[in-house]
Amino acid sequence: MRIIQGGSEVTNDSYEIWQEAFKRSPLRDATFSTMSGIPLEPVYGPPDGEFPGLYPYTRGPHASMYRSKLWTMRMFAGFGLATDTNGRFKEIIRSGGDGLSTAFDMPTLLGLDSDDPMALGEVGRCGVAIDSLADMRDLFSGIDLGKTTTSMTINSPAAVIFAMFIAQAEDSGVERAQLGGTLQNDILKEYQAQKEFVFPPRPSMRLVRDTMTFAATEMPRWNSISISGYHIREAGSTAVEELAFTLANGFAYLELAREADLDVDTIAPRLSFFFNAHIDFFEEVAKYRAARNIWAKWTRGHYGAKLEKSWQLRFHTQTAGVSLTAQQPEVNIVRTAIEALAGVLGGTQSLHTNSMDEALALPTEKAARIALRTQQVLAFETNVVHVADPLGGSYFVEALTTEMERQAEEIFAEVMALGNGSMLEGCIEGIENNYFQDRIADSSYQLERNFNNGTRTVVGANRFLEGNDETDLDTLRITGEDERKQRERVAQVRQNRDDQAVRRSLELLASQAADPEINLMPGLIEASRNYVTVGEMMSTMAGVFGRYVETASI
Amino acid sequence: MSIRVLVAKVGLDGHDRGIKVVARLLRDAGMEVVYTGLFQTPEMVAVTAIQEDVDVVGLSMLSGAHLTLVPLVVAALRKRGSDIPVVVGGIVPPSDISLLLEAGVAGVMGPGASGESVVATITEAARVA
Repeated sequence: MRIIQGGSEVTNDSYEIWQEAFKRSPLRDATFSTMSGIPLEPVYGPPDGEFPGLYPYTRGPHASMYRSKLWTMRMFAGFGLATDTNGRFKEIIRSGGDGLSTAFDMPTLLGLDSDDPMALGEVGRCGVAIDSLADMRDLFSGIDLGKTTTSMTINSPAAVIFAMFIAQAEDSGVERAQLGGTLQNDILKEYQAQKEFVFPPRPSMRLVRDTMTFAATEMPRWNSISISGYHIREAGSTAVEELAFTLANGFAYLELAREADLDVDTIAPRLSFFFNAHIDFFEEVAKYRAARNIWAKWTRGHYGAKLEKSWQLRFHTQTAGVSLTAQQPEVNIVRTAIEALAGVLGGTQSLHTNSMDEALALPTEKAARIALRTQQVLAFETNVVHVADPLGGSYFVEALTTEMERQAEEIFAEVMALGNGSMLEGCIEGIENNYFQDRIADSSYQLERNFNNGTRTVVGANRFLEGNDETDLDTLRITGEDERKQRERVAQVRQNRDDQAVRRSLELLASQAADPEINLMPGLIEASRNYVTVGEMMSTMAGVFGRYVETASI
Repeated sequence: MSIRVLVAKVGLDGHDRGIKVVARLLRDAGMEVVYTGLFQTPEMVAVTAIQEDVDVVGLSMLSGAHLTLVPLVVAALRKRGSDIPVVVGGIVPPSDISLLLEAGVAGVMGPGASGESVVATITEAARVA
């Protein structure tokens, strides 16, 4: 047996090592057998093969996987005013969801206040509108932030929203060190795919560094970046590109941390991932397995991480929004169930299932409940959770895993070459010369052509169209009334605050932004307490950092 | 003469997959396509459409702001004396289609529209104009 610095390699007694780890794991109160009573092992495979919880973790990050803890049913929600979303959060908690995930509206994502002229028509549409600490307070009112973990999908203004969240939690009596959750904070994929950018890449990366450093020193339960392939895939990439671009971005953040003199073992355990679950079932499962394998090998081999926690890739999954159809929307429940199953068999740590009506609008409460119920059926009825990596050892899935890994390595070599040996520089260069954007657009167009020429079937959209006219689905309506109310609210906040404190906060922010050695987080928290708005903080920083304009390419 | 089309993203929505696919579809169908990038205001779209002398403006919408922003684009064009037709594609609930048509939109393409129907809608809008 060979023990490698706290983690184990595949050896001829892998099974014994796994078994010891499994014995140390607490088990859920459940019966681990089939419906006819056949007892099930926690994992199957040859004694000298790979096991979950053992390097390189292809089969899962933990030895006992879902026998110890099911995935977190983390439903993404956000719409209208903070009070509306607060109501939906409470409904999710009542329905048995166990983690919150906040969707912000477009103005918030772009760091604009609700009364900004560019925000017209967008307030509260795609998520919740947050302008100041007052809204943050409404958003989490009556929710114990020390008990629930919170995920926030925010990128360009991540540092600002993170600061407001900390200020709100501390006001409500929860110390920052007790806060558990995740900030998406993955700015690289914004330029590559999601396109909600504000500052140019380099100052944006400085903000990522500041949040990462701040969380590492003050917030032991916080994941500072959720490196997201989801948006890359939704923007049209292939599964291999999603895998490779996402991990390349992950490596870039590790290099950023290294430049900031942060130890890789301080940062890597706080990075989590976020992948898409698309409709090509086995390819998705293979993608998750390959991702774990690659991350383990690179963090240990290339970046010299010594802790097991650094090598273990943990990820959140969301089913594919782009796979949903507006036609015969009930069929989307089936698609989502299949995609969610891929995430579960691939060993996801948390999951969001899309609602059937999302090709048309934000989900109604009923549609969102069915989506959550889909997860509960998988978790509590199907018994698929009893055995870790149930598809491991399948000739097909193993071959697909290896092939995806090989193709991802080819892409890593290309990105590395763009950066002359640096993944960080390669990712920035690839953004600036449209390498990522053009590859994604090419893949997306190929998929569209296959749809148009009929080689790719989408039920209800290009085949099996009977019933397309029968839709009577109620969709969620966001009224212009919310926008008007939110504009009034931000005006009221501006009226009631201490103007001098606001001015001091913004002057300090401008001077600190100009000095790259300073961590901006403490200043942003203080500014939040003074009711400085998201838009004010962001435009002050834009005055120093500049604004990014993409070179449009078709 | 080939049809000239301005495809545009108006407002704050950065989802550009649809517009890029449509731009390529139209180009492959022999049209001349102009795309000026993200975060355009209704005024910017109108000015570009007139300067570029396009036959049709195609707006790609996802964020739910279509009922606010699309009529503003139409109004910005008409205010400048232009009768360039405007078509809309993207995430539009069926109940909003009639509202957009009333606001002066020449055609609406919902999610799942085929490439063929996109080309046909633009061609028809250009012909009628």
